[in-house]
Amino acid sequence: MLDSVEPYVTADGRTIGGVLMDMRGITLRFGGVEAIKNISFDIREGEIRAIIGPNGAGKSSMLNVISGFYHPQEGEVWFRGEKRAAMKPYQVARLGIARTFQNIALFEGMTVLDNIMTGRLTHMKTGMLSQALWYGRAQAEEVANREVVERIIDFLEIQAIRKTPVGRLPYGLKKRVELARALAAEPKLLLLDEPMAGMNVEEKEDMSRFILDVNDEFGTTIALIEHDMGVVMDISDRVVVMDYGRKIGDGTPDEVRGNQEVIDAYLGVAHD
Amino acid sequence: MSADFLYGIEVVINGMMAGVLYALVALGFVLIFKASGIFNFAQGVMALFAALTLVGIMEGQVPFSHLINAVFGTNIHNFGWEVPALLAILLTLVVMIVFAWAVQQFVFRHLVGQAPIILFMATIGLAYFLEGVGDLMWGSDIKTLALGLPQGGSIWVEDLTSGFGGADFYGFFIDKLDMVATVVAAVLVICLIIFAQYTKQGRAMRAVADDHQAALSVGISLNFIWVLVWSLAGLVALVAGIMWGAKSGVQFSLSLIALKALPVLMLGGFTSIPGAIVGGLIIGVGEKLFEYTIGAPFLGGATENWFAYMLALIFLVFRPQGLFGEKIIERV
Amino acid sequence: MLYREAGDFKTSYEADSQTFPIRFDRIGFWVIMAIAFGVIPFMINDYWANAIFVPFLIYAIAAIGLNILTGYCGQVSLGTGGFMAVGAYACYKLMTSFPDVSIIIHVILAGGITAVVGAAFGLPSLRIKGFYLAVATLAAQFFLIWLFNKVPWFYNYSASGQISAPERFVGGFAVTGANTAAPAKYLICLVFLTVCALIARNLTRGTIGRSWMAIRDMDIAAEIIGVNPLKAKLTAFAVSSFFIGIAGALFFAVYLGAVEVGEAFGIQKSFLVLFMVIIGGLGSIFGSFAGAAFLVLLPVALKVIGVDLLGWPTDLVAHLQLVIVGALIMFFLIKEPHGLAQLWRLTKEKLRLWPFPY
Repeated sequence: MLDSVEPYVTADGRTIGGVLMDMRGITLRFGGVEAIKNISFDIREGEIRAIIGPNGAGKSSMLNVISGFYHPQEGEVWFRGEKRAAMKPYQVARLGIARTFQNIALFEGMTVLDNIMTGRLTHMKTGMLSQALWYGRAQAEEVANREVVERIIDFLEIQAIRKTPVGRLPYGLKKRVELARALAAEPKLLLLDEPMAGMNVEEKEDMSRFILDVNDEFGTTIALIEHDMGVVMDISDRVVVMDYGRKIGDGTPDEVRGNQEVIDAYLGVAHD
Repeated sequence: MSADFLYGIEVVINGMMAGVLYALVALGFVLIFKASGIFNFAQGVMALFAALTLVGIMEGQVPFSHLINAVFGTNIHNFGWEVPALLAILLTLVVMIVFAWAVQQFVFRHLVGQAPIILFMATIGLAYFLEGVGDLMWGSDIKTLALGLPQGGSIWVEDLTSGFGGADFYGFFIDKLDMVATVVAAVLVICLIIFAQYTKQGRAMRAVADDHQAALSVGISLNFIWVLVWSLAGLVALVAGIMWGAKSGVQFSLSLIALKALPVLMLGGFTSIPGAIVGGLIIGVGEKLFEYTIGAPFLGGATENWFAYMLALIFLVFRPQGLFGEKIIERV
Repeated sequence: MLYREAGDFKTSYEADSQTFPIRFDRIGFWVIMAIAFGVIPFMINDYWANAIFVPFLIYAIAAIGLNILTGYCGQVSLGTGGFMAVGAYACYKLMTSFPDVSIIIHVILAGGITAVVGAAFGLPSLRIKGFYLAVATLAAQFFLIWLFNKVPWFYNYSASGQISAPERFVGGFAVTGANTAAPAKYLICLVFLTVCALIARNLTRGTIGRSWMAIRDMDIAAEIIGVNPLKAKLTAFAVSSFFIGIAGALFFAVYLGAVEVGEAFGIQKSFLVLFMVIIGGLGSIFGSFAGAAFLVLLPVALKVIGVDLLGWPTDLVAHLQLVIVGALIMFFLIKEPHGLAQLWRLTKEKLRLWPFPY
C-alpha cells in the first residue's frame, strides 16, 4: 500500500498525500570518500519520515543534500513534482524547506524573538529604503510577521523567554527555540537533525509531543534523524535505514524492525 | 643579454632578499597562531620595540627617562655607559621574554576560548600599548642601530657580474646588509624548524597547536607553551628589528613594514612554515618586479605600499585556504 | 526608583518594537535632542566646536558605519580610513565640479559613491572570512590612499597635492570654508548624525538587521535558514561605507577644511574608529556614540591634565595616550566585550531596582 502514490489515511486519522520530495540515486563524495552511495527514497506529503543508522552512516550528509548545503555528484532531487536545479541553501529555504541542526545553530547574540523572526525572513519582502524609513510598509510587515511568530511562541510554550538572549538559555530550551525558528518559516518540509540528542526522558517526551503536534495541526511534512529507537518507532510513519552510506532498509517501523540486514547492521549490535 | 633584462634579474634578487625578511616576520605570526590561535597583529610593533630596546641598552639610556624627568623634575638621560652589542642583544632577549610572560599573564590568559576575531582585536590593542610603552621608555626620535654590520653595495658581486652585460651594465648592485640578513634569517628559520620538529618543547608546541584539550590531558602546560611561543616570536621580532633597524633606522615606520608580513601569511596560509617562506619570497619578488615593470613607469611609483595586499586579496578570492592550506570542508 | 519600567505595558507590537520601549528613556531622548538642537548651538564657541563637538559628531557617524559592518554583520574592517578618504575626495570633486548644487546633496552623494566602492571591496568577503578578511581590507586602505596621492585628477592638479574645501552655504550660513561659524559647523554635523543614527536604528531592528546579525553569529546556519549571504554582506558593506563616506566628507569639508590624504585618512584613522566601536560596544548604536565621545574626550582630557596642568611635554602625553588606549582596548575585550553600552545597560538594570538589591 505504501508504495502507491494514492493518498491514504493513517490509523490516527492523518491524511498522507502524494510524493513531496523524491531523492533519486544520490551519490555524494568528499574527495575519494563516498559518504552516500546511490540512495533513493521519497518523502510523502504529511508524513513523518525517519532516517536512522549508526554513526557515520551518512544521515546528516543526506539531510545536508536535501537542504542544499552539499551538492551530490550524482543523482536528482525532485521536490513537489519538479526536478530541483543545483541551488544555494538560501534558495532551497525559499522553496519551503526548513531545518534544525544536530549541534544547535542558533544566533547566540540575538534574543529568542529575533531568532524566530529571522526564521520568517523568507516571507519578508520590503526593500532596504522602506526599512530605513521604518514607518509604513516596513513596520506593517514587521507587525504582521510578529503575529505569526507569537502564535508559534504560544504553541511551543516559550512566552517567558521571548526577550532573553539565546546564549543564556539551557540546552533543552535552545532545542525548542531552534524548532520554533524552523517553524516560523511555515515550511512545506521540516528537517530535524537529532531533535532529541542529549535530552532527558521528560524533555524527549515534550519534544515528541511538539513534533507530532506540528505534523498534526499544521500538516507539516517532517523528515528527522534520531538515535533513540523507541522514539523513532513510536512517532514515524516510515523509516529509511542507512549504513556506511548505503540504504539497507526502507518501510514502516514494523517492516524495518523485521529486516534481517537492519538487525545485523544496527539494531542487533545495539541491543545485544 | 640586454641591460634591462639583467636589471630585471637584479630586481628579482633584491626582491628575494626583502622577501626573506618578510618571511621572517611572518614566521613570528605563524608560531603564535599555530600554538594559540592568536593572530598577532602586534608582531610588527614587537620588532620595533625590540630594536628600540636594543639601541636603548647599547647606548645606556635610562628607561622612561622622559617620564621620570617630567614627573620629578629631574634631568637624567643616560647611565653614562655603553653596553657591547652581544650583551645588549642578550639583555633585549630577556626583556622580550619578560614581555612574553606579561602578555600571557595579564592579557591572553583571560581571553582563552574567545572568538579568534576578539583575540585579533586584542592584539591591535596590544600593538598600541607596546608602541606607547616603547616610546615612553626610549623616546620616539629616529635612532640609528650601529651593530657594525656591513653596509653599502657589495663591490665584489658588482665586479663579478659586470661582465654579464654590455658596456651599459655595471654588474648587480646588492646591499651587503641584505646578504647578511638573508643568511641570518635562513639560519633562524632552520633553527626554528629543528626546534619544532626534534625537541621535547617543540613537540609539545605542536601538540598544543593540534588540540588544546588533548595536550592538557597528557600533561603539557598550556601556559608554559604559550609563554614559550611568545618568547620565540619575540626572538624573531628582535632579529627582524635588528635587520630592518640597521637598514633604515629605528622608527615607527618599522612596525608598518612588518604589516607586509600579513599578506605573506594570507598567501602561505596561517599555519604553514614553508608557506610563510614561499609566501614571503613571492611577495618580496612580486612587489619589486611590479614596481620595476609597471608601477614606476606607468602608475607613478610607490606601488609597494599596496601591491602585496592586492595580490593576497585577489589570490585568496580564488584559493581561500592559501597556498599550502587544506581545502576547507564546511560542516553543520 | 527613579528609573523604572514597571507599569509600562505594551498593547501593540508597534509599541513593543519602538526604539525606546521604556518611557523614562523616551523622555531622556527628547531632553537630549532639545539640548543638542536648542541650547548648545547658542553657547558653542570655536574651541568647543573644533576640539570636542564637531569631531565627536563626525566620528560618531563613522563609528555607526563601522559598527554596522563589524558589530552587526561581524566583518572586521581595517579600511575605514580609506573609505573616509573616498567620501572626502568624492565630496571635493562634486563641490568643485558642480558649485551650484547644495553641499548637503554633495555629502549624501559622496556617501553613495563610498557605498559603491565599499561594496566592491566587500565582494571578497563572500570567500574570505574572519581575520583573512580584516587583512584583505588593508588592501582597500593602502590602495585607496595611494590612489588619492598619485592621481592628480582627484586633487584637481593642485601643487600641494592637498584638497581644500571652497566656501559653501546652507540657508545663507557658511558651513564650509574659512569663515564658517562654530554653530553652523556643529549644526550641519548634528543633523547628519541624527538622520544617520535613525536610519541605522531602523535598519538594525528590522529584517535586514536580523540577517546581518544572523550572518555574524553563524553564517552557515543563516544561509540555510534563507539569508542570502551575498546580499547580507554586500548591503552591510554598502550601508556601512555610506555612513563612513558621509563622515569622511564632513571630516574634510566641515571639520578640517584642507586635507592631506595620508595624514588625515591613514591607517591610524581605521584603528581609531575600530577602537571607538570596541570600547563603545560592538553591535550597539548607542555604543557608537559612547565610544566616539570617549576617544574624542580622552586626548582632550589628557592634554588638559598632562600639558596644561602638570606641564609635561606634549609628545610624552601623546605616548601615554597610546598606552592608555591600548590598555583600555585589552581591558574592555577581557572584561566587557560589549563595551560601554553593556556597562550602561547593567547600570540601568541596577537602577531599575534601586535602592533594593533584588
